[in-house]
Amino acid sequence: MSIGIVHGRAWVFGDEVNTDDMYPGFAMRLPVAEAVQHLFSVSRPGWAREVQPGDIVVAGRRFGLGSSRPVAQLLREAGVSCLIAEQYNSLFLRNCINYGLPAVTVPNAREIIADGDILQVDVAGGALVNLSRAISAEFDKFPDFILGILSSGGIIEQLRGSGYLKKR
Amino acid sequence: VNGTLIQKLLARAAGLAQVRDGDIVTCAVDLTVLIDIQFRHGLLDEVATVHDPGRIAIVMDHAVPAPSIRDAESGIAARAFAAEHGISRFFDVGRHGIVHQLIAETGLALPGSVIACTDSHTCAAGALNAAARGLGVAEIIQIVCTGHTWYRVPPTIRYEFTGELPPYVSGKDVFLTIAQRYGDATDCALEFGGPGLETIPISDRRTIATQGAEVGADFSVFPADPVCLEYLAEVAPGAAFEPVSADPDASYADVRVIDLGEIVPMVARPGTVINNAVPLTELGTIRIDQGFIGSCANGQLEDLRIAAEILRGAAVAPGVRLIVTPASQQVYLAASRAGYLATLVEAGAVVTNPTCGACFGYHLGVLGPGEVCVTASTMNFKGRMGSTEAQVYMASPATVAASAIAGHITAAKETSRSGGRP
Repeated sequence: MSIGIVHGRAWVFGDEVNTDDMYPGFAMRLPVAEAVQHLFSVSRPGWAREVQPGDIVVAGRRFGLGSSRPVAQLLREAGVSCLIAEQYNSLFLRNCINYGLPAVTVPNAREIIADGDILQVDVAGGALVNLSRAISAEFDKFPDFILGILSSGGIIEQLRGSGYLKKR
Repeated sequence: VNGTLIQKLLARAAGLAQVRDGDIVTCAVDLTVLIDIQFRHGLLDEVATVHDPGRIAIVMDHAVPAPSIRDAESGIAARAFAAEHGISRFFDVGRHGIVHQLIAETGLALPGSVIACTDSHTCAAGALNAAARGLGVAEIIQIVCTGHTWYRVPPTIRYEFTGELPPYVSGKDVFLTIAQRYGDATDCALEFGGPGLETIPISDRRTIATQGAEVGADFSVFPADPVCLEYLAEVAPGAAFEPVSADPDASYADVRVIDLGEIVPMVARPGTVINNAVPLTELGTIRIDQGFIGSCANGQLEDLRIAAEILRGAAVAPGVRLIVTPASQQVYLAASRAGYLATLVEAGAVVTNPTCGACFGYHLGVLGPGEVCVTASTMNFKGRMGSTEAQVYMASPATVAASAIAGHITAAKETSRSGGRP
């Protein structure tokens, strides 16, 4: 799988959206398909019913502060193609990459993206285009080893490919 | 060669003479801890071979004894994994505790080591001079298989302690003061030192190190000073380890001096601890429905001792539930032998078994809509301890105990008793 260029509608959130908001404790009791329904239960209840495959989540600073719970798995299950934030919590960022969910850093994201804008993101190339506003921006590219994880579809797929996991 | 604590810890683990902030380094991991809820993700059962069973421990903590069938299944998977891969350090229900407390008190968290676990509060082991941080489920599986992971060397913020804490002021108040005054530390390491450090016991260091996660720090590390070494002589007699010290000419992103003598009882308002705490005297009257003393940050023997001291001969106010969760079976037993548990129960508290339960709103004390809780645990996010319409304030165990008696959030008063010191 290649990372390619993703294209989707932007959902803009604020600063310090935390993991308890995205993956509430009680939802950890549920299978992933049901837990998805509780994404952003504090900041945007009911969001999971509106999100479409390919959509992009945009957030402010300290995005993903909180626990190690695998929020990225829920976001992928919901069809989210990419995250854009002004700053990430490092544990959350690692989790996203390791689940094969591109998470790029654009320090002025909310100045150039509004809720509902249509975006195009070249994850490997470091280029963002806001098609709704005809604005382009560049962002720091990932190191090769991280692009490798993303293009494998995540760390589990890499481990599978290297024979560390049993054949299913 | 000069370096901060985290630079030197990561350099050694990576087999390098020196690292610089921002470097990405691949490190050998000395201890990887698997916890019960990690087993529900159904990937560990696919692991063909573990890199080194001697560097893995399994700890049952988040959902024990199983409150649901799904959690019971995690237990079954954990036991099967331990048997299949020959993991002898398996802390099953009955020998369990909250992972960060357990690896400290059993001598598994050692100075100079690299520790990984899929829980954000893994940084707690920094109190014992370890490079420890939370990693995700997938990464932990990678370490189980390969023995290695990568870190980005973070810039270090150093806190220099001077003076000594007043009575009934503890590590929680130090942490909340730091979080209020300086805000977040995203992508940074925290390092602690200074002449006042020797007055801070391991229990308070563990609280402070644990809560580095709440300000977004990657690591929070203390030196292996005499206080640390004395603790290790008790919990890990004869263990071999090589502590790391910061060099005097190390380069810091910032150095911040904290006069411990000026710290007062603090409380974080609901939502976050970042720039959101106030001295208790500025809070106003906040009526509570529940108080909680527990978690990896504040379920230690010393936390229970202080709670028992404050509640001795007093009663939890009508309409208030006080929940106390010892952080491990070892703490539970010691608190029982010391009479703390009897004192707490006589006062009307509920003492639960060791688990992460109430702290993450999972079991044993979930909050309902409109309820107000003051907690000595780790996080006060909206919805953290149950309903998104509940309010969670955060304060020290002494404050929670005093608040449970008063029925509203209030500081413990200094009395003719020991004044908060053993």
